[in-house]
Amino acid sequence: MKLQKATQYGLYAVLELARDPSCQLSAIDIADKYGISSNHLAKVLRDLGRAGLVDSVRGAGGGYRFASNAKRVTLMDVINIFEDLGGEGSGASEASDDTDIGRALLKVCNEIDEITQATFGSITLGTLLKIM
Amino acid sequence: MYSGNLKIEIELRPAGASDLQKIIDLDARVSGLKKKNYWVDRFQNLNNKDASHIIVVESLDPAHSKEILGFIVGEVRAWEFGSRPCGWIFAIGVSPDYRVQGFGEKLFDAICQAFKKDGANSIRTMIARRDQLNMSFFRAQGMMGGPFIELEKSLR
Repeated sequence: MKLQKATQYGLYAVLELARDPSCQLSAIDIADKYGISSNHLAKVLRDLGRAGLVDSVRGAGGGYRFASNAKRVTLMDVINIFEDLGGEGSGASEASDDTDIGRALLKVCNEIDEITQATFGSITLGTLLKIM
Repeated sequence: MYSGNLKIEIELRPAGASDLQKIIDLDARVSGLKKKNYWVDRFQNLNNKDASHIIVVESLDPAHSKEILGFIVGEVRAWEFGSRPCGWIFAIGVSPDYRVQGFGEKLFDAICQAFKKDGANSIRTMIARRDQLNMSFFRAQGMMGGPFIELEKSLR
């Protein structure tokens, strides 16, 4: 599976900041480290700020700081800010879903979605930082 | 040994026959299911199998003396479906009154040590996908998805 670019950037940023909650980093600091676009990352950081996961610190030497509880926030919580990973009943249903083959394929896809969600939903930021 | 925030004195030790009823009661409180026969079988296994373990956290605090605060159960199984000797955890439970004290972690570490002594090099468990509490706990102990997938089929 492949996460969308904004989701990946969001995970990089929030994990980088959660690694040391006392540390302030700018979008450029984080973008340089991961070799990604700082403009795109700045937008992602604003989304993380609106979700309450990071605080922005204004002024000289300002930047972003982790503002949540790494032992409680899961990877799924971060992913949900940027994309919908699906799950039973999600997405538009199509006429073909109501055929025998369509229903059987949906069952398999739902199984994969459930495993994906259970995996991301059970790994907190703290756990991920611990197992690196 | 002293626990985390509450600073109550505790002991980690293998379960004995006199713990059976206390564990049945604590498990019923944690899981919502009374499974007396299951626990009687597990205690019988303790005597019949070398690599079977039930470890408990017991309070030594005068106010709660001899209270069982948590348990973990498992055994080493070998060569099932081609798997090398591996420690299986069947159940873990910590009293809801004593959560976030690190008891679960202490129990996990203790059974890992016991499995190692039995010759196991890995540890395995099975959890419902939607059981976030236990899933997150085991993830936090460093457990990852393993090389096997559980499959099942309804017989109804």
